[in-house]
Formats: sequence, structure tokens, C-alpha cells
Amino acid sequence: MGKNHPNVDPYVVSRVRALESLLLEKGILAPDAVDRVIQRYENDTGPMIGARATARAWVDPGYKRLLLEDSKAALAQFGLAYDVLLVVENTPAVHNMVVCTLCSCYPWPVLGLPPTWYKMPAYRSRAVSEPRSVLKEFGLEIPAGREIRVWDSSAEMRYMVLPRRPPGTEGLGEEALVPLINRDALIGVAEVPPPAPPLAKIR
Amino acid sequence: MDGIHDLGGMQGFGPVEREANEPVFHAPWEAEVLAIMRAGGSRGLYNIDEFRHGIERMDPAHYLRATYYEKWLDGITRLLVEKGVVSEADLAARAEFFRARPDAPAREAVKGPLPAGARASWDWLQSSVRDAPGAPRFKPGDAVVTRNVHPHGHTRLPRYVRGKRGVIHRLHGIHVYPDTNAHGQGEQPQPLYSVRFEGRELWGESAEPNEQVHLDCWESYLLPGR
Repeated sequence: MGKNHPNVDPYVVSRVRALESLLLEKGILAPDAVDRVIQRYENDTGPMIGARATARAWVDPGYKRLLLEDSKAALAQFGLAYDVLLVVENTPAVHNMVVCTLCSCYPWPVLGLPPTWYKMPAYRSRAVSEPRSVLKEFGLEIPAGREIRVWDSSAEMRYMVLPRRPPGTEGLGEEALVPLINRDALIGVAEVPPPAPPLAKIR
Repeated sequence: MDGIHDLGGMQGFGPVEREANEPVFHAPWEAEVLAIMRAGGSRGLYNIDEFRHGIERMDPAHYLRATYYEKWLDGITRLLVEKGVVSEADLAARAEFFRARPDAPAREAVKGPLPAGARASWDWLQSSVRDAPGAPRFKPGDAVVTRNVHPHGHTRLPRYVRGKRGVIHRLHGIHVYPDTNAHGQGEQPQPLYSVRFEGRELWGESAEPNEQVHLDCWESYLLPGR
């Protein structure tokens, strides 16, 4: 599992169960709470709302304006009540990326649980001081002329990147665009790749 | 506090290591810690700022070694022992029970029947936005400089951006102030701004070209700039 996930000391697991059993006994932890966490995050994962909002912004300029200026109203269209998200737009002149140097703040309601690399010291320490080098490790070279704008989530405001629409998607509608949009692009460490070319017809 | 959690600009952690096809949880106990964290918060046993400060007070060497949910466990346990919700003696006795039974579910150690009435809750992460009076001191475009302070308690002003010149980008509204809320001194809401800093201002000659960092700063963190 690499150094992000060393084999956890059995001591840690025993401390989890110890605390869990005490909180169950005191009526603080509901008996079904753990099952509900697993259900919510492992099984109920549909397309991220962040990807759906991005796809809609690409096809509908009015929605894009709303998402950038009043994300609360824009996200309400997907049934989500969330009043602390700022959406920042990638353009040919600006590339945005998101980090939390002090802990691991992340817009869970629109992107789901954060990946482990987002929470580990390497990304948190370097994203603010050498973002271009970090992006290069992710396979993304940003031309020197394009400004890099790093958003360090130090308060309760949360940030999501609105990536650029890839070439070759001009004919696609909102529903067809959603599956192209990956989580890393919404954090700002990737671009949305153009759709794979159709399989060559077999003669 | 100038703790190990304040990682911005530190060096030596190597490349960003990504895990292919990362699962949502790596083991059942991670989901258990997430459920515990939410239960404690929704029952009002700690607020989000106390929770963060609980983690910041970890042993620094352990902080760097620990996985994400291990940090949560350490912080939550510290808070619940401090607040008298659980005792270290009870925890130690139960942990011994489970060390001998690594596959036993948590309820196996519960004495008596499970209390009815506890309900799983999601909604403890309340918005930090407050409807408070008072005119913000700064407006977009204003030059500011961050205070150079080293408080021993909780703060959300990272080291790398103290004593630095920036420009107000945006007012986010009036937000709960973590520096007091983490220490039982009330929410004391105040204006929160997005402040833009040039890479050169933060990193000097070592800055990469054409970089800006945006950081959210409470009004107390800021002084008028030139």
C-alpha cells in the first residue's frame, strides 16, 4: 500500500474499538452509525455533483455564471444545500489548484471523500511553494506564461476548480460530458482529457 | 500554535505519492472512526475548531507517522478524555479486551443492553457563516499585511504567510473565529476575507514564476498595508 498506508498497528484498531464500545454504551454512538457511514460513502456514490455542475456549466453559459457567482443557488439545482463553496475557473491565462496546508479541508458534498495524497504532508507542504513542480508530478505542465493560482483552504470556505472543456467535445451534451470529468481536474491537479476516439471499425 | 500540522512550505516529504484505485476506506476501522467523529460532533461534545486543535496537539513524530483516520482517533480521544466523557483507564481496559480479540465487533465489550435512542446524524457540520452586525474594515483591492504572531493556541494563520503583504480579493462574510471557538471563548464572529499574495512575497527568490496564493484570513489576522 506504499508509505501512505503502512500496516496499521493492531494497537490502533484496539483503541478504535475501545472508544467505539464506550460511546455505544453511553448512547452517544448510534448502533447503526458505522453501517450508515459505509453505506453513504461506499455504496451511494453516483456521479459527483461537482462533475454534474461542471458539465452543466460547459453547455449553459447562464448556469456557468451562476456557479461562479452564486454557487449556493447553482448547487441547489442538484438538491444540495451548501453555502460555502467558491468555484474558480480555469482559463487559457489562469490555472487554479486547491490545497489545505493546515489540515485536509475539502469540499466533501461536491467531490466525496478526499484521496489520501491530498491529506499527506508531501502535497500539503509543497502545493503552495512549488505548485508547478507538484503539477508536473501529476503529469501536468503549465506554461510559464499561465498564472498559477493556489487556493489554501484555511477557513470554512471550500474551493472547487471549474476545468476547461476539452477539445473534441463540442457535439456532446451535458449527460455525455459528466463521465469525462474526473475528481483530480476539480481539485486542479489535472485537466479533463479529451474523449477517447471511437474504436476503429473492424472490417 | 506553530505545530507540525502547519506544513505549508516545508521541504523533505518527497514526491506526492498516489495510490491507484484507492478504496473509500482501507479497513473497517476507518469508517468506524468517521462515524465516531460525526457522533461526537453532532452530540455537541466538540466543535470543528476544538476537533482540529485536538489533532494539532498530537505528538509531532506521531503526527507525521499516522494515517489520516489515526490522527482523527488521537484527536477525538484527547478531547473526550479532557472533557470527561471517557476515562483513559476505561479506554485502556477496553483496548486490552480488543487486543485479545482483533476481530470482535465493538458491541462485544458493551456492558448491558445497547441504549435505545441514539440516532446517526449527519448535520453537525453547521455553517460557520453568522449574521452579525459591524462594518468590515477592508474592501476588495485594499493592501493589507498579515500580523506576525506566534500564538500558543489554535489559529488558522499559517506560518508561511505571517508578516506578508497581500491584497484583499473578496469578503466572504462574517464567520465564526476559530482562534476563540477552539478554546471555549465563544464564536466571536468577524469578517473573513480572501487575500491574494504574490509568490515572490511568500518565497522570495525561490518562488516559481507567475504564482499567486489565495488564503482566507479573519480580520484579526490583518493590518492595513501600504
